[in-house]
Amino acid sequence: MAQEKRLMKGNEAMGEAAVRAGCQAYFGYPITPQNELTAYMARHMIEKKRTFIQAESETSAINMVFGAASTGSRAMTSSSSPGISLKQEGISFSCGADLPLVIINVQRAGPGLGGIAPAQGDYFQATRGGGHGDYYHLVLAPKSVQEAADLTYEAFDLAEQWRMPVMVLADGMIGQMMEGVSFKEPKDPAKMPRKPWAVGHQKNREANHIASTQLDPEKFNIVIDERFRRYDEIKAKMQRYEEQECADADLVLVAYGTSARVSLGAMQMARELGLKVGMFRPITLWPFPEKRLSELADPKRKFLCVEMSKGQMIQDVRLTLNGRSEVSFFGRSGGLIPTEEDLLAEIRRILNK
Amino acid sequence: MEAIYAHPKSLKPIQTKYCPGCGHGVIHRLIAEVIDELGVQEKSVLLNPVGCSIWADLYFDFDSVQVPHGRTPAGATGIKRMLPDHLVICYQGDGDLAAIGTGEAVHAANRGEKFTTIFVNNAIYGMTGGQMAPTTLVGQKATTAPFGRDPVDAGMGYPVKVLEMLATLEGTKYLARGAVNNVVNVRKTKQYIKKAFEAQLRGEGFTMVEILSQCPTNWGMDPVESNAWLESSMMPVFKLGVLKDELSVSANKEAGK
Amino acid sequence: MAIKGKTEIDRERCKGCLLCVRSCPTKVLAQDSTPNSWGYYPSKAVAPDKCIACGNCYAVCPDVAITVYKY
Repeated sequence: MAQEKRLMKGNEAMGEAAVRAGCQAYFGYPITPQNELTAYMARHMIEKKRTFIQAESETSAINMVFGAASTGSRAMTSSSSPGISLKQEGISFSCGADLPLVIINVQRAGPGLGGIAPAQGDYFQATRGGGHGDYYHLVLAPKSVQEAADLTYEAFDLAEQWRMPVMVLADGMIGQMMEGVSFKEPKDPAKMPRKPWAVGHQKNREANHIASTQLDPEKFNIVIDERFRRYDEIKAKMQRYEEQECADADLVLVAYGTSARVSLGAMQMARELGLKVGMFRPITLWPFPEKRLSELADPKRKFLCVEMSKGQMIQDVRLTLNGRSEVSFFGRSGGLIPTEEDLLAEIRRILNK
Repeated sequence: MEAIYAHPKSLKPIQTKYCPGCGHGVIHRLIAEVIDELGVQEKSVLLNPVGCSIWADLYFDFDSVQVPHGRTPAGATGIKRMLPDHLVICYQGDGDLAAIGTGEAVHAANRGEKFTTIFVNNAIYGMTGGQMAPTTLVGQKATTAPFGRDPVDAGMGYPVKVLEMLATLEGTKYLARGAVNNVVNVRKTKQYIKKAFEAQLRGEGFTMVEILSQCPTNWGMDPVESNAWLESSMMPVFKLGVLKDELSVSANKEAGK
Repeated sequence: MAIKGKTEIDRERCKGCLLCVRSCPTKVLAQDSTPNSWGYYPSKAVAPDKCIACGNCYAVCPDVAITVYKY
């Protein structure tokens, strides 16, 4: 029955995917535009006799996730931009303790209280680490309800495989819109193998201490270096992207999530006008898909980065292309979504066609 | 010749980093003694907070988890929900619980979370060198209250009575305040801890034992003076005894032995 | 006849806080005049035969540096 398609909101689809991935504990807090996700988890986690808590704050919620994850259980929290800011210390600690857990950020317009309309202004926070210290974690960026469900479902496996938090970075539009979606087979949390590093059930093993403290700089440096070797391995194996008609493109649109949907439309309109435009869509924002993007670098090819912000991913695009191609930016902030027509006009301006 | 008072098994036989006379060492031993008596070392999990007792995971010989300052009750919530049959101990100082973590403490209590909080109240920030804590007494000096805690002119607030505050929450089932400044109080405090742990293992909660604890270094006194000051100055403000006991009646008879 | 006991102090573990000296009802303990390797002047059983194995010293000791035996 797994493949039967349903019309669902992105937020609820991510909830269903988490439940099917065997999420044993969800800790949330109300914040628009992801409230349907928290409500969905309330109903379905309680029904399945799993743990659901509406915490007293996002700060508390991420630390509940930390506690649950330290027992080796699959645990998740979700929020939106301001709430994700409150979770940054907890995320830094989770990375510092190599704890697998899942965080969903349904982005809204910032800074400050900002607006509740969709935006992509949390790119830096997500990919550079909004907390303190040297750390990174996987960031997956869906562009559709189906992909939001698939990436959430997979996030739990990736978190355990790489021993780190995994963030699904959606936005208000993906969370609020309804699209057809099908789900993979549900996993039974009871059948999940116990983790040797986890706390609890301490039978003939040394005590496990889950912490991120290390006051001896020599030792701490070694621990961090080891973690960064794992980051390098992730960069080598986990760069994911989608590419459309870039081979002959004079101009490549670089965009993720909702911006990529708009870019796809503008690309098709441009192609109909005979303009050679392609699109490069990062799916993993960390690790940024630099390998393939770098291969597309060409002095004769231009790049146009499309974001719902004042331009953040563009820095990774520039770093990757390293001056070998011209890169420009087109975007809207404040919760506005760029239109295909406006983007097409910018494409034509750049290609002066 | 038989050793009648010896090192508890669930506490590692190593020297602690705590200062000479510090109450943490006594409290650690009491927890370990009760865990040994209940035979639950293999299913105990301790939350060590940020504060002097951040080192607790070096000393207890069972699993531990360390979360950011003040979030200990949230971490304990996550652990206890996943390991309901385990003994989960939320070990906190007064800064961790009654300052930055007040929100977490109040709501974990209000949810009736079934872990046990061991709240070490030494009326000062120890690890960071003697700052004013939420439980610092009026007039008591601290590096951030150099002329003494002044709630009136300097608006430094009053000592927070945590148990009295939490007693109003229906989720709390057992709240007791002990101290480790003399033999009688040490022994009574151990009984409070045992009763709380037993309640937790029966699935009752939320249980908390607050323990007045001496901090000679940051009080600026030697250990013997500290224990006397604890009695003369702290106890009038933080009354010892059982503030709330809504544990199941059968338990009271059985524990009343 | 009164209970007889023996206190054994790990002088390296002891930090010389002297809380045990204060709590002993029969004045068995006092501060040693020679320091341990940490530089602390630990507690010492100066009148061992007076020990009644009450365990007060053990109870107040923050470093579990004392073991109490009963004959």
